[in-house]
Amino acid sequence: MSIDSHYDQSTDQANKMTTAFKVQATRESPIQSVQPPIPIIEMRGVVKGYGSGVTRTEVLHNINLNIRQGEFLAVCGFSGSGKTTFMQLLAGLLLPDQGVILMEGEPIVGPGPDRGLVFQNYSLLPWLTVRGNIALSVDSVFSNWAKGERRDHVEKFIEMVGLSHAAHRRPHELSGGMRQRTSLARTLAMKPKVLLLDEPLSALDALTRAQLQDEILKIWEEERQTCVMITNDVDEAILVADRIVPLNPGPKASLGPTFAVDLQRPRNRAALNHNSTFKNLRRAVTNYLLAVRKKSRDDEAAHSNEPIIRLPDLQPVELRRYPKWIPT
Amino acid sequence: MNWRGKALRFCEVSGLPILEPFVRLAAGEDPREQFIGIAKFVILPFVAIVAFVGMWSVAASKVVTDSAKLPSPTATLDAGKQLFAMHREQKKADQTKRLEKLSEAKALMIQAKQVELQASTATGVRREKLLANVAVLKTKAVQAANYQPTSAPTFIDQIFTSIKTVFFGFALATLIAVPLGVLCGMSPWFNAAMNPFIQLFKPVSPLAWLPLSFIVIMWYYTGTTGETWFQKSFLISATTVTMCSLWPTLVNTTLGVASVDKDYLNVARVLKLSWSQKLFKIILPASLPLMFAGMRISLGVGWMVLIAADMLAQNPGLGKFVWDEFQNGSSMTYARIAFSVIVIGVIGLLLDRLMICLRNLVSFGGPSPA
Repeated sequence: MSIDSHYDQSTDQANKMTTAFKVQATRESPIQSVQPPIPIIEMRGVVKGYGSGVTRTEVLHNINLNIRQGEFLAVCGFSGSGKTTFMQLLAGLLLPDQGVILMEGEPIVGPGPDRGLVFQNYSLLPWLTVRGNIALSVDSVFSNWAKGERRDHVEKFIEMVGLSHAAHRRPHELSGGMRQRTSLARTLAMKPKVLLLDEPLSALDALTRAQLQDEILKIWEEERQTCVMITNDVDEAILVADRIVPLNPGPKASLGPTFAVDLQRPRNRAALNHNSTFKNLRRAVTNYLLAVRKKSRDDEAAHSNEPIIRLPDLQPVELRRYPKWIPT
Repeated sequence: MNWRGKALRFCEVSGLPILEPFVRLAAGEDPREQFIGIAKFVILPFVAIVAFVGMWSVAASKVVTDSAKLPSPTATLDAGKQLFAMHREQKKADQTKRLEKLSEAKALMIQAKQVELQASTATGVRREKLLANVAVLKTKAVQAANYQPTSAPTFIDQIFTSIKTVFFGFALATLIAVPLGVLCGMSPWFNAAMNPFIQLFKPVSPLAWLPLSFIVIMWYYTGTTGETWFQKSFLISATTVTMCSLWPTLVNTTLGVASVDKDYLNVARVLKLSWSQKLFKIILPASLPLMFAGMRISLGVGWMVLIAADMLAQNPGLGKFVWDEFQNGSSMTYARIAFSVIVIGVIGLLLDRLMICLRNLVSFGGPSPA
């Protein structure tokens, strides 16, 4: 379920709910008590904007976040709130204007195969087959491996995402779901320390999406590697993540309070639908997001210099259409 | 993929949608729909061609001056047949001449062997004399064996000369334009430096280059005598073709390289590819479709220019043939010119199709038959 579908029912209570769940959000989460909180990635006071001088717009403002070893973190926000910028900062494709991002204590200065990024639009190379696309990343990341070893590695990941039957096909011959699987396999095959998923499923239809969510979850539960996923789908976030961090709407987007997902793994989509924790959490996250968006819009309206246009309160007298009067 | 899929892919890549309805019909698809396709791609063009030929015949009977008349389709066809017959006769004559020379060479060789045998038994001055004789005979034999007929090139020879010239010029242009275009596309600074030249020279009429390339070739060959690697006239035509077909490839390659999807470059960055890996694994494959689109335009321009350049500079080729015929003024002149116009068109068409096919082979996800 996407955020917008909740809009009607929740605007009134939004502010009230937000305060209530901020309390819950700061509570100690069970994940924290099980695993020692070693941050694998640490963002401190990160600011990122585009342009310079008067044309500068700050997209992200004062981002502070610790990503723990082995956790699945979901960053949830509206389109246009700077989600992709956030992900590109983590990947190292962009560098922060202020603040610092540390990976295992070292500042991130550029992209690298230790942070595997799954792109929003797959960005598979159209002239390579599924196998070729995966082999490209394996060959360049593990260039010191023997040829046979690399080939086996490629085949293993093709099989992992269930594309053995389509390994010889090129991206334009694949469905959206298969493309995203290829993209996922390409990234997983690099054996990254952190897996970064940038709205990986947003271009897929609902059924394929659900199927791939389950697959991502299954793969993650096998490997348990640190994973950051950006999404605009609250249900998806709750299904897969250990923690959900909302991204407040931009410009000058910052992170909201963390919501811990206290749901047992392995999670079952069908069972979750009736789980009260799931339902409460979904309501809480959705209401928080709607409330911050409303606040951001109100702020924007309050600061804007544009004259307020009041629409006249008109009611149509009659809806019947008269035949056009033609002058003779 | 089954045979149907393969055949359809072939139609798509080769740029021959004309075959598509037949493949589908053979595969047992709805015949009604396929007949529409056949009507569109086969019957309609055929009707159009017939109509054109009809109008041509009418025009041929009307356009008559005192000395000449517009050749009719049948006259053109006859002229074509005659040109081919002349070619065959000429080749036959050349072949018999060559065989004669070959048997002559054999006879000379036998004679030389005999003299050599005599020399082995002889002594003193006589021996010296005989050996000198042997040398002379052997040289003659080699000359006869290597005999090349010196007859004037026929129409068919001119076709091949033209094709060779255009491909040589085009290959030269591609060798220059593609690396330059890649550099321009990768570096906005280099592009800014090159841009004035590209903008200035691109619109120059092809034939304006002809005298300049003439001078350059003449300068290059000053002082060299005897056999050269290339004929001068060949080089002049080829370089003219090069100068004209450089620009579309250059501009399109620049565009192709500069507009490589940013995500592909991000992939390269995440994988930490080296500069050369990035170039050969990401940038070049991604820009190949546009590059080939440019090369297609280049080859088309090159072919058009070549005919004009041959006419103007009297270099061997189809252009020279047309011009010579025009100067000849025999009764067949205009029919032959009309026939060579059609041949020039057909060859241009084939070259274009070839480039489309190559472009389709390198563009994944969207080959178009046009």
